[in-house]
Formats: sequence, C-alpha cells, structure tokens
Amino acid sequence: MDSKYLKELEPGFSPLTICEEASRCLLCHDAPCSQSCPAGTDPGKFIRSVRFRNFKGAAETIRENNILGGICARVCPTEKYCQLACSRCGIDKPIDIGRIQRYVTDMEDALDMKILEKPTEKKGKSVAVIGAGPGGLSVAGGLLLKGYDVEIFEKNDKLGGYLRYGIPEYRLPTHVVDKEIQRILDLGLVVHTGVTVGKDISMDELKQKFDAVVVGIGLSGGKWLPMFEGNPDVETAVSFLRRVKEAKGQVEIPDNVLVVGGGDVSMDTCTTLKLLGAKNVTAIVYEEYCEFKASQKELAGAREQNVSIYDGYIPTKVEGKTVTFQHRKIGSEITYTADKIILAVGQTLEADGLGLDFTRGEADSQNFRVGNSNVFVVGDISKNEEKSVVGAVKSAKFATAYIDAYLGGK
Amino acid sequence: MVKKDLSVNFLGVKFENPFCLSSSPVGNCYDMCKKAYEVGFGGVVFKTIGPKSYFIDEVSPRFDKLDKESTGFVGFKNMEQIAEHPLEENLADLRRLKKEFPNKVLIASIMGNDEQTWEDLARLVTEAGADMLELNFSCPQMTSHAMGSDVGTSPELCRKYCAAVKRGSSLPVLAKMTPNITDMVPVALASLEGGADGIAAINTVKSVCNVDLNRYIGMPIVDGKSSISGYSGKAVKPIALRFLQQMRSDPRLKDLPISGIGGIETWEDAAEFILMGATTLQMTTSCMQYGYRVVEDMKNGLMHYMEEQGVDSLEQLVGRATENIIPAEELNRDYIVYPKIDEDKCVGCGRCYISCYDGAHQAMEWNEETRKPHCNTEKCVGCHLCALVCPVSAISKGEIKIKPGRKTKVEDVRV
Repeated sequence: MDSKYLKELEPGFSPLTICEEASRCLLCHDAPCSQSCPAGTDPGKFIRSVRFRNFKGAAETIRENNILGGICARVCPTEKYCQLACSRCGIDKPIDIGRIQRYVTDMEDALDMKILEKPTEKKGKSVAVIGAGPGGLSVAGGLLLKGYDVEIFEKNDKLGGYLRYGIPEYRLPTHVVDKEIQRILDLGLVVHTGVTVGKDISMDELKQKFDAVVVGIGLSGGKWLPMFEGNPDVETAVSFLRRVKEAKGQVEIPDNVLVVGGGDVSMDTCTTLKLLGAKNVTAIVYEEYCEFKASQKELAGAREQNVSIYDGYIPTKVEGKTVTFQHRKIGSEITYTADKIILAVGQTLEADGLGLDFTRGEADSQNFRVGNSNVFVVGDISKNEEKSVVGAVKSAKFATAYIDAYLGGK
Repeated sequence: MVKKDLSVNFLGVKFENPFCLSSSPVGNCYDMCKKAYEVGFGGVVFKTIGPKSYFIDEVSPRFDKLDKESTGFVGFKNMEQIAEHPLEENLADLRRLKKEFPNKVLIASIMGNDEQTWEDLARLVTEAGADMLELNFSCPQMTSHAMGSDVGTSPELCRKYCAAVKRGSSLPVLAKMTPNITDMVPVALASLEGGADGIAAINTVKSVCNVDLNRYIGMPIVDGKSSISGYSGKAVKPIALRFLQQMRSDPRLKDLPISGIGGIETWEDAAEFILMGATTLQMTTSCMQYGYRVVEDMKNGLMHYMEEQGVDSLEQLVGRATENIIPAEELNRDYIVYPKIDEDKCVGCGRCYISCYDGAHQAMEWNEETRKPHCNTEKCVGCHLCALVCPVSAISKGEIKIKPGRKTKVEDVRV
C-alpha cells in the first residue's frame, strides 16, 4: 500500500535547520507570538531557549504550558496565532514556530524526558471527565497535576478522540498521540474506555460519585445533508478519515472522488485520498476563497496534491453518484459524477443523556460550569471561540482553574 | 566590469595582488600552492620549513572550531606545527613553483632552532628560488620551547635570529609575530634591528576553543587529552588590527611595512587591514573553510572598493586609518549624540528597550500598545547600544547635545 499516508508530510527540522530558524527570531520583548498563543505555550520563551541551546529547557516550557504540546506543534493553525503576530513578518516571513515546537517535543520524546510529575500532595477529591479528546485529556491532565483523582470515560476503545480517529496519520502520527496520552496516564489517570455516559452509566451516578464532572465531548459525528441520506455511495468525512486511520491506510480507494465541503476536515480528506492513490479528487466548497474555513496550511497541502477545488457552490441535486451544484452568486451549474462522494460539511454532537442544554452547539454554562451543578464543560461544547485542538487546550486550562476553585483549591 | 590594478610593491617585490596564502596547512606542498596561484593569489607563503633535525609528528585530530548560532568557524583552532615533509622535498617544491610561476611571489617561511639553523635554512630557501623570507617567530603549538611563539616574545632572540638569517640571505625578510604578547613594538623593533625589513602579523592566538562537556576534555581530543594551541579566523580580526595599530602608531615604526594576517574572509576585511597599514594580506582560515576561491571575491570586491574610493593604487590606501585611531584620553568627550528612531523601519521587537534597560541607561521607553520605542533624552547617554542590537537598522545618529560648559560647537562635531 501507499506509504505516503503513513509518513509525516511536512519534514521536521534538523539540528542545522532548527538553529538557523531560531537565529531568525528577533527575540522580542513581551513577545507577540506568546501573547497570541491561545494555549499559552509561550513560544517566545521556548524559541529563546533553543537559540541559547537549552533544548531541554525549551521542552519544559512547552510541556508545562501545554500538556498536548507535541500535538499542537503539528496541528495548530499557527498562521492564525503566533506566526501571525510574529515581528519577523515586518522583515520577511514569520518564524516557523510550529516546526520548532515539533523538533523540541520530538527531542523530549527521544530523550524520554519526564517533565510533568505527579504532585506529592493529593487533594482528596475526585473528578470524572467524559470524553477523551483534546479538551478532556487536557483538563484531566491539568486536574491530575493539581492533585485531584481523575477518571476518564470514553465511548471508544482508545483515548484520543479526534486526535486518534480524525486527524490523518501524515499530519498527526498515532505514535505521537499515544505518547502524549501516556504522559497523562503517567500522572495517574484512571481510564474507562468503551463506556458511553448516558447509556452504560448515568450522568446522575457520576455526579453523585465524583466531586465534579467535566464533559469534554467533541463534535464526533459527521453531518449529513438531507439529499444525500441513504445514498450508498456517500460517506461522511469523519467516518472516512477514521476508517483510513484505523486501517493505517489499508482501505480501498476509488479513482474519482467528490468531496463536498471546504474546512480542514475536507482538506484532510482530499489530501488523504490523493496520498492513498485516488486519481481525481475534487472538492466543491460552499465558501468562496476569500471566506475559506480551512487553514492556509491545509489548503496549500491539498493543492500540492493536485486536488481540484471549486469555490462558492452549493449542491442542489443528487442522483446516485452524480451531483449538481449551483454557484451561490452567479448561479451557473456544474454536474459532477464520481465513484464516491464524501461529505465534509460539518460535525454533529452526540450528547444524549448528559443532561446538557445547548445553544448553537455550545452547552449552556458560565465560566465552564453548568448552572449551580458540579458539572463543567470543556472543549468544542464550551463557550470558546476556537473550535480546534488549541482551543480545546485553552478551554481546558481555564476550566481547570475554575474547577479547582469550585473544589476549594487555591 | 570593474578593472583595477591590484598590484603592490612590498619590500621591493612586486605582487600582482596583495593576497597571499599564509604559512599554514593551506600552503603545504607544490600542488596546493600551484592551485592557489591558479585561482588567483598573488603570492604564497610556503608552509614553514624547519631544520632537518627537527622531527614533525602531528596529532589526530588537530583542529576545532567555534560556532555561534548557525555560523560555523567564527573562530578556528589549529594544532598543526610546521611543514612535515622532508627538507629536500620542500626545497624541490619551492624550485618547481618558482620555475612554473615566475610572476607570482614565493615567500619561504622558515624556523630554525639556533642561529646556525636559521642561517642555513635562509641560504637553502634562497637558493631554491624564494622571493622573500618570512621568519616564523610565532607558531604557538610547537613541541619545542626553543621554537615558535616563545621566540617571538623575546626581543633578544628575534634580533639574533634575524641577523643570522641576514647572514644566510640577501632577500627581503619579514618577521612573523605572535599576538601572545602584551606589546608587539619591542619585538618588532628588535627584529628590524636584527635586519628584518617588515613585519607579518598576527600569528594565531593561544586558545582552548571548546570543552567536551561529558568527558571534561578540551577539544580536539587526542587520546583523552588536549592542548592549548592557536586560534584564528574572523574572531581574531579585531586583535590583529589592534597590533597593527599599536605598531604603526609608534613613531619608530611609522611606515613599518606590514603583511596583515588575522581573520581575513571578505574584501572588507582585506580593506580594513590595508587601511590599518598592511600592504600585503595573508589568509588561512577562510581558505580552510571555503577553499582558495575566496580570493576571487576579495580581489573583485577590493577593485570595486578602489573604484568607489577613487584610487588607482592600493598603496594610496595603506595606513589611511592609522591617524584616526588615537589614545582614549584624546577623544572629544564634549557631546552626546542621541539615537534617532525610524518608526517606519521599526518592526517593534523591543530589543533596543531590553538592551537599553539591561545593558545601558534605561533611557529607551516602550509603548506596550503600539510596540514602539521612544528615547528619553533625560536618561540617554548616547551609547548607541540600541542601534547595535536593532535587527533592521532603524536607529541612527540624531540630535547632538553639547555637555554644559564645553567648548565644542554642534556644527563642528563629526559623528
């Protein structure tokens, strides 16, 4: 099988190139990159450590500030945050902060550094975390570090959520996810996998048994458009990406694939298809380029794989494998026939039995707390502007602080 | 296409250009010198030839380098001594080089261990066809204390050995000096008294370049140990220029002919040595790192510089900066020149603010909102550290303030 899918697409830095890149850094006062990191990873500080050859210190800065630092290094759309703010833009182009972070966290792995340590004093209180995606894992890690007993409930067989089942291998290798999770497990996390809260165990039971319950479920289901429902040639991108990742790329790929949608999930789907050998991959996207949702990096990645992208169209009719689209503004139509159609038009929430009320996908809560209960929310369903991995880490840091305050911590 | 005459006359010998290989690993045999000539060097100083009785036995490895960020060879450490080939082979190489390259300058570097060997070597290399002699009083890594830089710190030995050489040869003689000395003037004067015609400076600086952090040994490691040895490259350029200045500013050495050595890597380095009093230039480290081809851009760059300066002969530039380096007590201390910040160029990194606070006088103020610096002239002393750290050259010299009660007029200050 094609191994391109299994290798990281973006080459990492070498000892030479990381030094060159860190030398480009202007070492700003009150570094704008650090101010702009939602997760507070403090790139200004860790790049300075790299510049002064303190690689282990750099790893400590990253890991202490961002428990998923190795994952964020790979999947964060840095162009919107740290690299957008980078002062070096005033000269030429920003420092490649993500890749520096990746080099440092890879080194941390290679050296088997143990940066985060179990606290010696326990709080004597317990927290249940529902959902083991980036939000749930981060909040679990944060609470463990504060001395709480934490148990995590995950409906899948393994921890990781979208990190494990959604983001393609070439962008986020499974071994990286495993390592990052292991660090949190090493802090004493108690794991319950294959357990769906609301079905296998009730929310009330958790609320009673634990001092606090954090719901960190993400938008784990793929959204369907009604006209495609029941069509055997259509699959959601979420389902497709999971199938490919679980099979390590060993899936059958048709020659011609139509992908509907233009976010990061769509671009991941398109690139995955191409890396696995699809001849023609066409994405037809609702948004026009100027309003594209995919990050520049994902879009560029798909283009590099020669994915055809049509912007500004909505599907109007589908007959088997043939879909007709109409341009939202100029009205012209295109009809496309493919061997397979993949829908990347958004994700859905599966939150039955959790007793939460939602407004536009966000759980009703204040300061991450649901009403006056002992229930908190984190990640995609919390009130938080960034529905992304780094957004989940950010929300988890805040939520950890609020939960700690609620449970009587300092 | 710029075309300038780079030729110089130095100690009565015409060089088609001032660039020479220095006596070192880069000019160790016929093939190397031949290639250097062909690539464009005006002269070579053949690697130091020692007495027949002195056995050269080198270590492995024998070099080290100092890096900074992603720049390698900021400085270079060398443990190699003088030519390891047999005397006859070296003399044969000299003969062949002179025969095949009659218009290139061939300088024989020699090192004896007593007056007789100095005299004998001078005679032998003269007979072999050298145009000039260079006396190595300065190699800091010899395994004999009767040789090398220990000689170059003794005026008496310098005088004695120069005289011995003059007994063996009538060729012009350069004494190559060591920087491992507080003041080079006494040894330079002694060399001239002994009969030397000019000075070559500097040889390498005694150094320990790096230490292996796990084995606790200096680098390079030779069977678990290391030694102090000579340091060269860009990092030593300021040290070399200082010695040139100290010699040329001494009234007794005012027009001292100098062959400048020490970290020459670009035409700009070369021009600096010329302005500080060197007529010819020698290089090793840049050739070891990049090859003889470095001379191509040195020659062409120097021609463009001559064009820009409006001179037709390099000799017009020799020593032009000497008079502008004066004792610290004679500098004009009447004024402060404040930094001028170009806000359009400023990228808002705040490095000037950090350096002014931590390394100067807390005069640079920082606007957190706009991320722009502002100089508080109440506190500023005009040190211009800010300008030096600015990555985009946004800080230049601005307003001049005369200190209270001083005589200097603003319009007379040449900042």
